[in-house]
Amino acid sequence: MNKLKQLFAGGALLTIMSSVAHAEYGLNMPVGVTETSRQVYDLHMLILWVCVAIGVVVFGAMTYSMIYHRKSRGAVASQFHESMTAELVWTVIPFIILVVMAIPATSVLIDMHDSSESDMTVKVTGYQWKWHYEYIGEDVAFYSSLDAASNAARQVGSDIDPATVENYLLDVDNRMVIPVNKKVRILLTAGDVIHAWWVPDFGWKKDAIPGFINETWVKVDEPGVYRGQCAELCGRDHGFMPIVVEVMSEADYATWLAEQKGAAASAKLAAIEDLDPRELKQKGKKVYRANCVACHQKKGEGIPGVFPAITGSSVATGDINNHINMVMNGKAGTAMAGYKAQLSDVELAAVITYQRNSLGNKVGDAVQPAEIAALR
Amino acid sequence: MTTVTDTHDDHHDHGPAAGLMRWVTTTNHKDIGTLYLVFSLIMFMIGGAMAMVIRLELFQPGLQFVDPSFFNQMTTVHALVMIFGAVMPAFVGLANWMLPIMVGGPDMALPRMNNWSFWILPFAFTMLLSTFFMDGGAPAGGWTIYPPLVLQGGNGFPYMIFAIHMMGVSSVMGAINVIVTILNMRAPGMTLMKMPLFVWTWFITAYLLIAVMPVLAGAVTMLLTDRFFDTTFFNAAGGGDPVLFQHIFWFFGHPEVYILILPAFGVVSEIIPTFARKPLFGYSSMVYATSSIAFLSFIVWAHHMFTVGMPLQGELFFMYATMLIAVPTGVKVFNWISTMWKGSMTFETPMLFAIGFVIMFTIGGFSGLMLAIAPADFQYHDTYFVVAHFHYVLVTGAVYSIMAAAYYWLPKWTGNMYNETHGQWHFWISTVSVNVLFFPQHFLGLAGMPRRIPDYAVQFAEFNMWSSIGGFVFGLSQVFFCYIVYKTIKGGEKATDQVWEGAKGLEWTLSSPPPYHSFTEAPEIK
Repeated sequence: MNKLKQLFAGGALLTIMSSVAHAEYGLNMPVGVTETSRQVYDLHMLILWVCVAIGVVVFGAMTYSMIYHRKSRGAVASQFHESMTAELVWTVIPFIILVVMAIPATSVLIDMHDSSESDMTVKVTGYQWKWHYEYIGEDVAFYSSLDAASNAARQVGSDIDPATVENYLLDVDNRMVIPVNKKVRILLTAGDVIHAWWVPDFGWKKDAIPGFINETWVKVDEPGVYRGQCAELCGRDHGFMPIVVEVMSEADYATWLAEQKGAAASAKLAAIEDLDPRELKQKGKKVYRANCVACHQKKGEGIPGVFPAITGSSVATGDINNHINMVMNGKAGTAMAGYKAQLSDVELAAVITYQRNSLGNKVGDAVQPAEIAALR
Repeated sequence: MTTVTDTHDDHHDHGPAAGLMRWVTTTNHKDIGTLYLVFSLIMFMIGGAMAMVIRLELFQPGLQFVDPSFFNQMTTVHALVMIFGAVMPAFVGLANWMLPIMVGGPDMALPRMNNWSFWILPFAFTMLLSTFFMDGGAPAGGWTIYPPLVLQGGNGFPYMIFAIHMMGVSSVMGAINVIVTILNMRAPGMTLMKMPLFVWTWFITAYLLIAVMPVLAGAVTMLLTDRFFDTTFFNAAGGGDPVLFQHIFWFFGHPEVYILILPAFGVVSEIIPTFARKPLFGYSSMVYATSSIAFLSFIVWAHHMFTVGMPLQGELFFMYATMLIAVPTGVKVFNWISTMWKGSMTFETPMLFAIGFVIMFTIGGFSGLMLAIAPADFQYHDTYFVVAHFHYVLVTGAVYSIMAAAYYWLPKWTGNMYNETHGQWHFWISTVSVNVLFFPQHFLGLAGMPRRIPDYAVQFAEFNMWSSIGGFVFGLSQVFFCYIVYKTIKGGEKATDQVWEGAKGLEWTLSSPPPYHSFTEAPEIK
């Protein structure tokens, strides 16, 4: 009851505030920042106005009829019920209108399919519930998930007002970065279920399908930050895997790329040190909250019948090698993905140690990053 | 043998059996029609309750009430219940009540199968709804049950598959019955081209059902074996293809959409002439348009999956074929308007719902035309624009026609007039609220809100709130509808046989309510 009251009070307040707070809410499709998106927008407006024009004629005729041909005005029904001419007219004219609409639509579609002569390629892989970006030939790859602030606010009963979170649900930890005015070929695939990659400002969305690769392209005219979301239902956290693309000038992009390469190289070179089990547990909690909690839940209780519990599970309390194998390689035929590629040695060691010694488990052993590295 | 004959005679002499067993054992088309309609109304309210949960969670940004996985269960089961439990059974109920009467026959051709095809449904839906109480909850992969996602479901998954199988069996049996009845039970002189349009549209719908329900059965069976028997129809790792499922599903799914709307066309084509006091304009072109729509429905399925990455030629073909549907659908709308034109119209509740249908279904048709344009669909696809589109054609389309039919024929069925003031209120409250509910969703979709999400970015807050308010009012107004129907069954002003001044057709030559066995002697057809 309290919750309802809060809701409706909040609702009333929001309505009053909204004209101020959300002045930028959209009514129409964005024009976007690519040649394609502008073509799509024009096409959209063309069909919209054609529909409006037809609507005015059709609804106008109906309204006229409802006003003037009503019994209460003394209208007497005439009994005509056939006209070949009329039937022909309203078959042929709509057909012609359709042809007129089909011509520009066809040409835009042909353009969109032409991903030849691209300047670079990024492979985008959808996972439950994050994106992975791989810059082909550059040795740069990273995961991109919902940012921490949105993630905290979006939990059921978090009591954090989404309006206070900047770019709520539309922000990520690692942005995809591409250069301006370059034709970027995008290869789309998925690791578990079907996802769809969509940035409205680019003018299209496309499915990311496990086991198959879809090809498309984008060439952005203006530097800036563009936001989108997964558009294909992909399970519990489908609503929480945004896409953020930062479009940079060519020089800035080159700097960014060099930084990324440097970071990747130094991470590889860094000596693998053994860590204190307590430190592992602390790090593991963070990794767990970011990667495991959606299915296995905050306290490790899982969701009966769908997602097994960690607490007291035979894997998390049994032979540690099985546990490591499960986390690294996943379990075929279930939603349990392999995290070998997604997490670093330290993160894997940390989360496994955390699962064995927290969430109600007290096995007492630990696994070190070096052991994980040896298993790769 | 003798006992069978005796029971039969018994029926003739005494009418329905007494008590509850009347409804369990009945083979009477009107009783079964009533069962279907009541069942459909119950399912409509259950599915509606789930929609209320969805709108409640979407009232504000942030997650206030339900976990995202429960939200996904709500959207999934809401759709399954509304499509297979509310709209389809409602039309089968109307067909049961009206088809034998409209063609001048005594009953449906296969009465015992008729009983069975109804009584499968309560079990199918009990099974489907029981999944809420199982480990893992109800199916949550969307009503389109795409693999691999749906294969991740909990223990409810096989129950859902078998529930769908049972619904399919029921539908196919119902469809066979409709076809056999229409082909064999017509009174002498009732040629095909003299049949009321409702009979025609159901005739074509029945063929669609027989053609596509087995396709769905095949698709869900493959899901079942993929999950439990290690087949890999839809798993690339084993040489399968997840997109193959989508092709099969939509080969069923698109004709299914017309299964939900063609009988609605029939209903509206009965009601508008009655209240315009003028014969239906272009009867034969209506029949041909319906047939063309049915044919086209088989060759447009992939417009539901423009974004899966089809080759250019494929996308062009499905775009052109889909745009073509606008032609016969346009013909129907123009014919309805021409029927109204120079008529002598009155606006009782059935007429209001029928006109509401024509206007709002056309709005849904416009957004459908927009969605047909493949390059634009890349933007619209899987957003609230699509949600708005299909709710305009299904709620203010199919459901409005069912409401229109209910008000139109309730006096005939019960012998009592419904309360006209109440009916008008119901129409106006529903129509205002349903537009507050669904129209802003066009804007949400265009502005970038994906469908099937439990929480959204704050720029979508305002329209979602409007939409939710519209939803709550629309939901409440359907409770009012239940009350109106209940009152009409219980009593009210006695209806005449003719009921409506401009009504033409065999059903209005019978008493209100009609005798237990409709036409024991074939009526004369002029």
